[in-house]
Amino acid sequence: MENWKKHLQVEREHWEQTTVKKVTDRFPERKETFLTGSREPVERLYTPAEGDDHYLEEIGFPGQYPFTRGVQPTMYRGRLWTMRMYAGFATAEESNARYKYLVSQGSSGLSVAFDLPTQIGYDSDHALAAGEVGKVGVAIDSLADMERLFEGIPLDRVSTSMTINAPAAVLLAMYIAVAEKQGVSADQLRGTIQNDILKEYIARGTYIYPTKPSMRLITDIFAYCSKEVPQWNTISISGYHIREAGSTAAQEVGFTLADGIAYVEAALQAGLDIDEFGPRLSFFFNAHNDLLEEVSKYRAARRMWAKIMKERFGAKNPKSMMMKFHTQTGGSTLTAQQPDNNIVRVTIQTLAAILGGTQSLHTNSRDEALALPTEDSVRIALRTQQIVAHESGVTQTVDPLAGSYYIESKTNQIEEEALALIEKIDELGGAPKAIDIGFIQQAISDSAYAAQKDIESGEQVVVGVNQYQMDEEAPKDLLRVDPVVEKRQVDALHIMKGGRDQAMVEAALAELKIVCQGTENTMPAILKAVYSYATLGEICDVMRDVFGEYEQHVRL
Amino acid sequence: MKAVEAMLQGSRRDCARLITQVENEHPKAKEILKEIYPYTGKAHVVGITGPPGGGKSTLTTRLAEAFRAQNKRVGIIAVDPTSPFTGGAILGDRIRMKSLFEDEGVFIRSMGTRGHLGGLSKTTAGVIQILDAFGCDVIFVETVGVGQSEVEIVRNADTVLMVLVPGLGDDIQAIKAGVMEIGDLFIINKFDLDGAIRAKTEIEMMLAMDQRRKTIPLVYPVTASMAGSNRAEGIESVVEGIRKHREDSVENGQWEARRKEQARNEILYFMRGELEAILKAELKRWELKSVYQRNQSPRERGEEILQAWIKGGHHGKKD
Amino acid sequence: MRPIRVLVAKPGLDGHDRGAKIIARALRDAGMEVIYTGLRQTPEQIVRAAVDEDVDVVAMSILSGAHNHLLPQVAKGMKAEGIEDVLIVGGGVIPDMDIPNLKIQGIEAVFTPGTTTETVVSYIRMNLKRDLAE
Repeated sequence: MENWKKHLQVEREHWEQTTVKKVTDRFPERKETFLTGSREPVERLYTPAEGDDHYLEEIGFPGQYPFTRGVQPTMYRGRLWTMRMYAGFATAEESNARYKYLVSQGSSGLSVAFDLPTQIGYDSDHALAAGEVGKVGVAIDSLADMERLFEGIPLDRVSTSMTINAPAAVLLAMYIAVAEKQGVSADQLRGTIQNDILKEYIARGTYIYPTKPSMRLITDIFAYCSKEVPQWNTISISGYHIREAGSTAAQEVGFTLADGIAYVEAALQAGLDIDEFGPRLSFFFNAHNDLLEEVSKYRAARRMWAKIMKERFGAKNPKSMMMKFHTQTGGSTLTAQQPDNNIVRVTIQTLAAILGGTQSLHTNSRDEALALPTEDSVRIALRTQQIVAHESGVTQTVDPLAGSYYIESKTNQIEEEALALIEKIDELGGAPKAIDIGFIQQAISDSAYAAQKDIESGEQVVVGVNQYQMDEEAPKDLLRVDPVVEKRQVDALHIMKGGRDQAMVEAALAELKIVCQGTENTMPAILKAVYSYATLGEICDVMRDVFGEYEQHVRL
Repeated sequence: MKAVEAMLQGSRRDCARLITQVENEHPKAKEILKEIYPYTGKAHVVGITGPPGGGKSTLTTRLAEAFRAQNKRVGIIAVDPTSPFTGGAILGDRIRMKSLFEDEGVFIRSMGTRGHLGGLSKTTAGVIQILDAFGCDVIFVETVGVGQSEVEIVRNADTVLMVLVPGLGDDIQAIKAGVMEIGDLFIINKFDLDGAIRAKTEIEMMLAMDQRRKTIPLVYPVTASMAGSNRAEGIESVVEGIRKHREDSVENGQWEARRKEQARNEILYFMRGELEAILKAELKRWELKSVYQRNQSPRERGEEILQAWIKGGHHGKKD
Repeated sequence: MRPIRVLVAKPGLDGHDRGAKIIARALRDAGMEVIYTGLRQTPEQIVRAAVDEDVDVVAMSILSGAHNHLLPQVAKGMKAEGIEDVLIVGGGVIPDMDIPNLKIQGIEAVFTPGTTTETVVSYIRMNLKRDLAE
């Protein structure tokens, strides 16, 4: 060890034994051990000894490898992040109105939420769709709905993010088709599809097909877009839902990057060039309440991905090594009790995301532990971002927390833990295998149970829930989706089906089936089916028929 | 009993409630088992056992689907371990059985071991009898993941499937001593994994070297879930293997012999339980000071008591 | 006394099973036998499982907003099977104003976010409709 470090350690010991002891003898600390939001112990003090030995290699400069301090050299001094509010409910018309409202309020990107039948590839008249149509997002049955969804919104001027996974290829095809009808060519389109099936198996549950054909659909999209829709982010590798399911911060990073590695390997195996699809990979993380742990998490993830792409996969293009990510504040941190307190939580989480260098952000609304957010609540959530952007001052310099002894040490520690998880998953044969045997699911479920126990024992205080409770009136003005929406959507679907060229639909579906049975890229055949006004359910059924369906693996 | 009649008429609800009473050793359980006994003996009981992580639930599901396709009524008993600390259990085998949930011709029952060792619960045999009387043509009994000694299934099943997976390596060595001999059919599940063919060869060699076996069991390559899907490979040959095992054992007398052995075991099991209760009560009446003072060994004293009890003697009693 | 048997089910299409899994573990740790069925269950499937497994309690977790449609169907289905001695409860993101109607429809308790597992455990113990000795 270098001399100054030894000296520092001696002095540290001395400080603990004298100055600290004098105080703690009389006034013990509030707890014996302090924990982060992920229940990792926190030391009383961090010193340069825990910090960086290798500043240039491990931290470096923003916009340069390993991108610990950010992917752009000027970060928010150049351009603020994209304030992207996830929205969508009921029918295409109603969602369309909400998008226009959000754009008028300064939202700079659209983010489409689909209802569950759409996410699982069922039409609104499917038996399993009963009661779910238009509930957690907009119902899309065919190109006709997609046309109404983006009516009057120029697709060459917005960037659109779509939270769609198992049937991502179909929805992307519909988006391309709507654009074309607007006179916008595919190469002008900007946006993201989530397209991350592995975390659906792990944590979110909207899977359809088994692992192998799902990975094929994903790499088909990579290949198609690199030629036809070059500005599109073809996947958003998501830790968000892994964290929502109860993982720790380090597990969020470890499992998400393990998924990322699996996608890269699948793409390489499909014969794609790493520096062609690498720059189109993007990530999606959660922002929880433990501000400093979260900031360290983003920094660790960025550094790790850069190293993985460069060292493990031999990427040459620095853009392939840059981890760009979207952030959403943590839905599971919101409380149904005293819901206005959630505004404060979301503010802390917003700071975490911004201090961590996110590229775009969705802020949750205060009432989301109760129901879908109202327009008022959504506006406050958006204003929270605007206040942090324009009033807090944290955007004035790049990576302002770098060099904090704690932040650097925490960044290292998360990297270490996440790396150990990735190594374990490598040993098991990669993320799909680790999911297949339930390893990842069980690790998350263990963390979730431990966190719940901590809340119930009072070790983790949640304001308004296990301390500082008060009697409250039931909240009013919650958003409700009218059950009539379902009937309207089903009626519209039947009318649309009655008016289309049935022979063209059948021909397109038959062609899709042949393509699925073979090995060529599925995207052109899906596009053709979409243009024929074949429904989402019909297209997905063809693939169900050929590919089979995924079976859930749970270990408790 | 009304519930028994209703169950025999096909009432699922009554079937389920009778199972509950038998499982809980309710005072009525003895009467229930007595009443249904004449209606039992028709079902083919297939035990599905093997180390944890072998995909037993998924295989059971695929086999059940296949027997349903032949229009057979299927019963499934899935046993999971009960926590020795809390007495609670998570019975999670149904997660894999989704495709069977809406089929009238399938009855699935999950059971905790409730402290019983051997891979089954104490009352599994009784539950098998109820499903048999309920009219199930085939009853699959999925044991907890077996280690060294959980071999009780062999006393309850007509055909035992030993489910193994590639890559167990050392595990196979470890379990072969106690467990390998109980399988009638061997399944290498997850045959799409690396090392599958080698595992199959190893097990075939192991079985061929077993001197005690008259016939060498077949080893079936199966993938009950292709890459996490509902697609499977190799199921038909297992179904055929199960049918053949029944046919062969009926022919060579094994079937009859096993059923007789089962009946004897059940009688013995019952008598042992009753005797233990009687002996416990008897023991309370005897002076044991000589043992406590280390003047006489427990065995010695036990023999005295037993001899006296058999003769109906009273020597050395407290009262 | 025999253990309490509980079916923990997720009706509907939402895949958020964090709550269901936590409840399943907590009930197990409280000495109950928990039958967990996994995602995407139809009301018919839940009723069938409840009948075959002869549970004392059906506990459903739902976060998709389809609770008004799906939960009462389970209660109705149980009745149609002639079963009235099984306790039916629900949990998830369910607005307070929906709760009275769910109770009328036979969902006897609705646990909203922030409920402790201990509350659920003791509610079940106190409100069983079957005698564990019977």
